[in-house]
Amino acid sequence: MKILVCISKSPDTTSKVAFIDGNTKFDENGVQYIVNPYDEWYALVRALEIKETSGGQVTIVTVGAAADEAVIRKALAIGADEAVRIDADPKDAYYTAMQIAEYAKSKDFDLILTGKETINYNGSQVGGMIAEALDLPFVSLASKLDLNGVNLLLEREIVGGVQIVEVATPAVVSAAKGMAEQRIPNMRGIMAARTKPLSVIAPFPIEELTSFLSYTMPEAKSTVKLINPENMDELVELLHNEAKVI
Amino acid sequence: MILVYVNSKNGLSKSALETVTYGKKLGAIVTVVTNGNASIDLLSSLGEYGASKVIVDREVDGEDAQQLTRLIASVAQSVGANTVVFSHDLIGKAVAPRLSVRLKAGLVAGAISIPDTDGTIKVNVFSGKAMGSVKVNSAIRIISLLPNSIQPEVSKEVCNVEETSGEGLTAAIKVISTKKPEGEIPLPEAELVVSAGRGLKGPENWGMIEDLAKLLGAATACSRPVADIGWRPHHEHVGQTGVAIRPNLYIAVGISGAIQHLAGVNGSKVIVVVNTDAEAPFFKAADYGIVGDAFEVVPRLNEAIRKFKAAQH
Repeated sequence: MKILVCISKSPDTTSKVAFIDGNTKFDENGVQYIVNPYDEWYALVRALEIKETSGGQVTIVTVGAAADEAVIRKALAIGADEAVRIDADPKDAYYTAMQIAEYAKSKDFDLILTGKETINYNGSQVGGMIAEALDLPFVSLASKLDLNGVNLLLEREIVGGVQIVEVATPAVVSAAKGMAEQRIPNMRGIMAARTKPLSVIAPFPIEELTSFLSYTMPEAKSTVKLINPENMDELVELLHNEAKVI
Repeated sequence: MILVYVNSKNGLSKSALETVTYGKKLGAIVTVVTNGNASIDLLSSLGEYGASKVIVDREVDGEDAQQLTRLIASVAQSVGANTVVFSHDLIGKAVAPRLSVRLKAGLVAGAISIPDTDGTIKVNVFSGKAMGSVKVNSAIRIISLLPNSIQPEVSKEVCNVEETSGEGLTAAIKVISTKKPEGEIPLPEAELVVSAGRGLKGPENWGMIEDLAKLLGAATACSRPVADIGWRPHHEHVGQTGVAIRPNLYIAVGISGAIQHLAGVNGSKVIVVVNTDAEAPFFKAADYGIVGDAFEVVPRLNEAIRKFKAAQH
């Protein structure tokens, strides 16, 4: 099975979120970038597990600048066979998805995997957009993925529950928690990653359909009102009359 | 023309009414597109929230995003929609991106506000740690609205229901089985949420949390460590790598409030924190705090709510 895993960088989950240039740009000062956890822990690791049991090839693709090669090497160290970097700033989800779709359209991948969302933009958009651009079925937020011949057997989240579905390959799947367990790369993997093929390709001409103009921080909470642990009637009274939420 | 996609499969959820209300705020005439077997009465009741017309395709079951996208795209073209609104729920996340490519329309994913005077729309970014203002550059825009960002409002339009068919294609996704736990409130839509963490010491101690949730009509949630060690199911995990929620009330018991957890809940309107440690970072994000032992405080709170509910009747 020929698998493409789309990876994005994202700031480490402990990063301080701040903005510069009149709140128009994310402040990268001191920010450590990681492979977006959904892309790495679930999509990439499950792709590798499938390759280990059924054979095939795992390619990773990212849209980003040369500085992103550190996160690409991390993904190669975990076990991907080769990497492709589309040399462009991932301006918005549509731009990013169409870059990947343009790259993938003539490559005959059986399965294209993405994480369910990035932890910085949380849009949950790229997988569905790639699927539409390539006219493929899309199973979103899958928490299990198994092969059944040339078909995929998946468990996906639905409103208020889960569902088992089957779909023929080729298909696009977005990975949610449960699909696999995080893998820590070992020294051998890290050494091997240095010599694995990483090709850089020029971006395709795609327009931006949306732009982020500025950012704001949520309003800080006023000081917490402490309530005597003996007096829960007071809390109920405050939730009813002051906060008006019950 | 404003087009709103509504999932009418299991009745009309609150987030469905929110999207129709949102559509009505954007334009005078709102058309709803839906699929499945909902009754004419149920569908025409969307007029209460501002829909003038509902177009339903009975043959599309909604399980296949590709098929549903074809239906919505075809209706969008026939009514001349310049805006298509979804709920940013599991269906919206699967279908809205596809429609964005099909209509070449910019998608504002996870919107939390109506457009500003300059047309920009606010969305949650960095898992709720910040908000971004997004501008759409294309002629058609798609907006997926984060549940519980606005409240449904009544505007009493006369609403006609029309049937359509043959717009979609055959579903490629075959459903083998569906599991829905009975009587549970889906977490992303819940207005009230009761959540607990490692402070509870073991899964056997969740009874009082479930009692509290039941008394309030709230959904239950948990912190990541608790889901990771298997005390609670993964779908209850709220936080940066779990579900992001914005309920009216979030009660956190025995959760210290790590930055990754706060990211998933700081859109909540009111936060109550119960923790033995007065230095727990969660108190800084809380509206009401109780420094005390959960095993004493929660049963006391349950009793107080019982009394309050009894007095209301």
